[in-house]
Amino acid sequence: MKANSSVANIRAIAKRELSSYFTSPVAYVFLVIFLLLAGFFTFTVGSFFERGEASLSAFFAWHPWIYLVLVPAVGMRVWSEERRSGTMELLLTMPVNAWEAILAKFLASWAFLAIALALTFPIAITVNVLGDPDNGMIAAGYVGSFLLSGAYLAITCMTSALTRNQVIAFILSVVLCLFLILAGFNPVTDMMTRWANPALVEIVAAFSVITHFDGFQKGVIDTRDLFFFLSVIGFALFATSVIIRNHRAG
Amino acid sequence: MIRIENLTKSFGLKKAVDDLSFSVERGEVLGFLGPNGAGKSTTMRMITGFLPPTAGRISVGGHDVVEDALAAKRLMGYLPENAASYPDMSVEGFLGFAAELRGLNGDAKKKAVHRVVDLCFLGSVLHQQIDTLSKGYRHRTCLAQSLIHDPEVLIMDEPTDGLDPNQKHEVRNLIREMGKTKAVIFSTHILEEVGAACTRAIIIDRGRMVANGTPEELRNMSELAGAVTIAAQNADAAKLSALPEALRVEAIDGALRVYPKDKSASVALARSVMDLAGREGWRVDALRTEEGQLDEVFRRITLPDTVKK
Ligand SMILES: Nc1ncnc2c1ncn2[C@@H]1O[C@H](COP(=O)(O)OP(=O)(O)OP(=O)(O)O)[C@@H](O)[C@H]1O
Ligand SMILES: [Mg+2]
Repeated sequence: MKANSSVANIRAIAKRELSSYFTSPVAYVFLVIFLLLAGFFTFTVGSFFERGEASLSAFFAWHPWIYLVLVPAVGMRVWSEERRSGTMELLLTMPVNAWEAILAKFLASWAFLAIALALTFPIAITVNVLGDPDNGMIAAGYVGSFLLSGAYLAITCMTSALTRNQVIAFILSVVLCLFLILAGFNPVTDMMTRWANPALVEIVAAFSVITHFDGFQKGVIDTRDLFFFLSVIGFALFATSVIIRNHRAG
Repeated sequence: MIRIENLTKSFGLKKAVDDLSFSVERGEVLGFLGPNGAGKSTTMRMITGFLPPTAGRISVGGHDVVEDALAAKRLMGYLPENAASYPDMSVEGFLGFAAELRGLNGDAKKKAVHRVVDLCFLGSVLHQQIDTLSKGYRHRTCLAQSLIHDPEVLIMDEPTDGLDPNQKHEVRNLIREMGKTKAVIFSTHILEEVGAACTRAIIIDRGRMVANGTPEELRNMSELAGAVTIAAQNADAAKLSALPEALRVEAIDGALRVYPKDKSASVALARSVMDLAGREGWRVDALRTEEGQLDEVFRRITLPDTVKK
């Protein structure tokens, strides 16, 4: 009974949340922009054709940067809009646990991002037509990209719970996600090793999404990388619940 | 059904609700009155489990709202102050969503949505998107949401806010009707609603309870209650104030108002005034016993001391 009602609550909230994406034109605009950016970076900046290799590394390499702007744009409204319009009061006085609502909203937005990612399938088809790529590697890349977007999204949910202002939520999450990139971004780590202890740099880099996304791009699904992304998601969602509880405590 | 003990809520240093205790049983409709910022909404947010209390206990249907939140929430329907709803949903979709969160699915859900749509007169806007509704319809949509599971306890924060006079009337009737079988708390700034819908009313001011009683009892707290007003030619104020039941006499545009010493003996006062008029041969145009007025009571007990004269 208990578990059943949790599942039912999560399903009801997630369904509402996901369908609210598609009732506004913003969702379609987002999908188009995502696909255009992915295409642009892959074919133009990433010189997909000139590389002469049958792989999607030119495609996946840009994902941490594309998501940096687009995931906060998708997630910024998740909680701040509820706070601004007062529906949070309605939602949290229903017989649902706060964690159910938090998880449901996260899953719905993540599903939306998954749809966006899935729509890039023509690129995977293209490499298969043009050459003979390692499809396992491509699948691993997709898994990694999906997890990466989940990590950014969870962080955005957290910043979104902090404020009723979507713009502030957006900026905060971009800054946090940027930090997660830069901690392991080669130009930055190279610069840091010049004046910091390399061991320290390595520890910092261990917190970077780049470090952990790398493996997936190479076709390796390492449990440590999986664990990293899942714990970022878990931690950020837990922080969201603390923020929501404290907000109500006044 | 609802039991509140020593409820306190502080925001920083400020106490929004201060040591409030009361209870509401099934079959009661409690009117919750108080000036702006008195702490009505804050109290309701604590009862419905949205805000945790700083101190004190709340139980609904025997379930502690903090410890056993879900069980308590299941019993309650809540209409929040701003009557918020999801603007991108249709009325039907929104009510369906509320029904699902209340554990209603399939046929039960359809039936529940139909029932509240009829109850709140939403039939004509069923498929309209909520952000295109007028304010009153938006309010009614949120009201419908609070009734969807036919709750045993209803908490409504200004349920008639923004409704037209006909709808106000309907909603009051609805509240009274539901009060027969449920425990209802509603807040309002419209004092007529207290007489029209409540079995009991509480007035709070700056977080503290300052009055608690039936509408009748509250009205009797008014100075005016039981006073006899007489409009008569050549009436004599001195003779009226000499009556044993009279406390004092006041002239008000062309008439004289006699205040009783004892409010419960207003009938005796009215008789004496009539007898006196007969003996003196005054030509009486009008004579009436005044009812107490809630707004006067309200003003007197909730005005800050500095404003009181
Ligand atoms: N989240 C909050 N943070 C700080 N102060 C708050 C908060 N919510 C309410 N207050 C304060 O608590 C007091 C009581 O507010 P409340 O909304 O309960 O009043 P009310 O009786 O409902 O008034 P109204 O008739 O205007 O609706 C007010 O002084 C308000 O400023
Ligand atoms: Mg209020």
